[in-house]
Amino acid sequence: MNKIGGVLLAVVGAVALAGIALHRQEPINALWIITAALCIYALGYRFYAAWVAARVLAVDPSRATPAERYDNGRDFVPTHRWVVFGHHFAAIAGPGPLVGPTLAAQFGYLPGTLWILVGSVLGGCVQDMTILLLSTRRDGRSLGRMAREELGPLGGFAALIGTLLIMILLIAVLGLVVVNAMKDSPWSTATVFATVPVAILVGLHMRRLRPGRILEGSALGVALVLLAVWGGGWVDAHPQLRGVFDWSSLPLAGFVIGYGWIAAILPVWLLLAPRDYLSTFLKLGTVALLAIAILLLHPQIKMPALTSFVDGHGPLFGGKIFPFVFITIACGAVSGFHALVASGTTPKLIASEADVRLIGYGSMMLESFVAIMAIIAATLLDPGVYFAINTGAGVVGSTAAAAVHTISSWGFPVTVQQMQALAHEMGEATLFARTGGAPSLAVGMASIFGNTFGRGLLSVWYHFAIMFEAVFILSTLDAGTRVGRFMLQDLLGHLYAPLGRTSWYPSVLLSSTVVVAGWGYFLYVGVIDPNGGVNILWPLFGIANQMLAAIALSVATGILVKSGRARHAWVTLGPLAWLAIVTTVAAWQKLASPDPRIGLLAAARALAARLAAGTLPAPAAAVAPQLIFNQRLDAWLTGIFTVILWFVILDMVRVSTRKLRGLPVGASSEAPYQAARLQALVLGAQLPQEGGT
Amino acid sequence: MWRVPRRVLAGAVGWLRGICGDDAYERYLTHHARAHEGPPLSRPAFYRARERDKWSGITRCC
Repeated sequence: MNKIGGVLLAVVGAVALAGIALHRQEPINALWIITAALCIYALGYRFYAAWVAARVLAVDPSRATPAERYDNGRDFVPTHRWVVFGHHFAAIAGPGPLVGPTLAAQFGYLPGTLWILVGSVLGGCVQDMTILLLSTRRDGRSLGRMAREELGPLGGFAALIGTLLIMILLIAVLGLVVVNAMKDSPWSTATVFATVPVAILVGLHMRRLRPGRILEGSALGVALVLLAVWGGGWVDAHPQLRGVFDWSSLPLAGFVIGYGWIAAILPVWLLLAPRDYLSTFLKLGTVALLAIAILLLHPQIKMPALTSFVDGHGPLFGGKIFPFVFITIACGAVSGFHALVASGTTPKLIASEADVRLIGYGSMMLESFVAIMAIIAATLLDPGVYFAINTGAGVVGSTAAAAVHTISSWGFPVTVQQMQALAHEMGEATLFARTGGAPSLAVGMASIFGNTFGRGLLSVWYHFAIMFEAVFILSTLDAGTRVGRFMLQDLLGHLYAPLGRTSWYPSVLLSSTVVVAGWGYFLYVGVIDPNGGVNILWPLFGIANQMLAAIALSVATGILVKSGRARHAWVTLGPLAWLAIVTTVAAWQKLASPDPRIGLLAAARALAARLAAGTLPAPAAAVAPQLIFNQRLDAWLTGIFTVILWFVILDMVRVSTRKLRGLPVGASSEAPYQAARLQALVLGAQLPQEGGT
Repeated sequence: MWRVPRRVLAGAVGWLRGICGDDAYERYLTHHARAHEGPPLSRPAFYRARERDKWSGITRCC
């Protein structure tokens, strides 16, 4: 029966893929992409994931998990697998799978779609599941600690520094996305501002009025932020209030930086935790709603399969399809960041090892599907509109007439009237040069929701989508700042012990300020960059994230070889090799390319030459020295990432060769076997029952 | 007639409560009754302690 189902899935999937491949010159329906995706996920989950879990990872349901062994009713709690699935998905899925695919759509819908599907099923899902199981087998230890214990001190240190740097870049680029979504838009700004007092109100409710009533508090909060979306529209229509919330990007960046700093030093319960609950429920609800709407609407894809920008002169970011599509889409295909979550809270909740396939592989599959939906939302727009929204003024010119002229000359016709009508429908003054991906995703989501559930509310749907992305992003921003602070305190503690105490207030202030200053700097430079900043920051973040994935896969490969499973190590070695190639080539091009649109150093040189020759207009000349410095700094960072990446890979190769040559290697840090006694948990039943005690 | 929808609804509410930790205190009480002696933490004290555990590691991602 299973075999028949498998064959059927394979046939349907193959037909859908053939459909995508053959529809090259005419618009294709999104249903083809969704069908192909669902079949590939089903096959991957049913066959590859099951095989990897059983044969490579040797998942053993009879073995007690840390949640069972250390059950303390607080952080170690055996939990129903579907609850852990929801928990883990909410933790791994942030704005990454929405922004990356939107930017990569400049190459056409096909490259991004294929990479998201293949990369997740063979790479990202495998990485997440493997790290989850390895950490579960090691009492829920972190990736950094596993790297240190299984590879060596070098691997552990590299993982720590890599994590801190990637956190800073991630927050900066997300801050930039949210600033670009709010700039000159009173409706968006008022709505996003309102989410802060709403979160505080929810925090007070959950702490003071009704302690621990999280569901109730969250429901109240969700109702209030929905009200804020509607209220933003009212503000936008109000002649005086409108001006109060009409902010340009520099003060908005100041707001985001100030918000991040305050959120990091306030008690968690007041702002950070309640915002996180809101973001979790909005995320789950919107993803479900979007999936239903896309299925009901099954829109036509208007973007061609491949655009001419595959040759490297794309307007959103420079660089050829190889390696840059694989760098731009990290989250949704392979994301190293997930390895940090999969070796954090999740392993402490897993009731049985048998659940890691659903939780590790399955959650990543769902995130990959979110990325597919983001690609659909970006490519259902007229390509001309997509490029008009996403291209910075530095590329197409700062007037609407210049922009439509340039974009139309690329073969993607668009008119000023069309853009004005669209902006009016979405309740915005203009949609030109709204870089960062969030506004174009919001236009795409608004058209999906509007066409499915009623077109009258397009502007409300647009601002709902902006609010949803902003809540997402701000909760990653404050949680990330806090984690960065802990890591920094951990490092500083080695220099001066009291600085390592996470609750000593001077240390909290100092380390929070340093972390916020770190990402605040990149955010500031991104805001003053006439090309939008995202074109530089996002590839850098992608390189960092893929580097982290390579570290995680190195740890996994090293452990597989050490535990005598070298025969099957290709399961993690394959994705590792691919990521090492992609990341190294991308980093090399970022450093050495003579094309200023790709090479950071070339861009710095070109800008310096123009500054010296006096050919820059006055506003550009004023910020040029900072941009030149930043491009050189980014080049240094790229170099550091590559060095860290290869150090860890070589460390893994060293350990593996020693093992294969029969030389002694460090002991495995796996916890000894203990028989599981826990009985199956029932969802919805209030209390888990433990057998045998 | 309403048995199946009620079970589905109970499952859905249980799932939502589970993912946000709304049911954590009740689960703690069972755990405490089974494994420890002495009075358990009060509800506010439990959530304060849980908050410290939850927010000291990496819980959010890109």
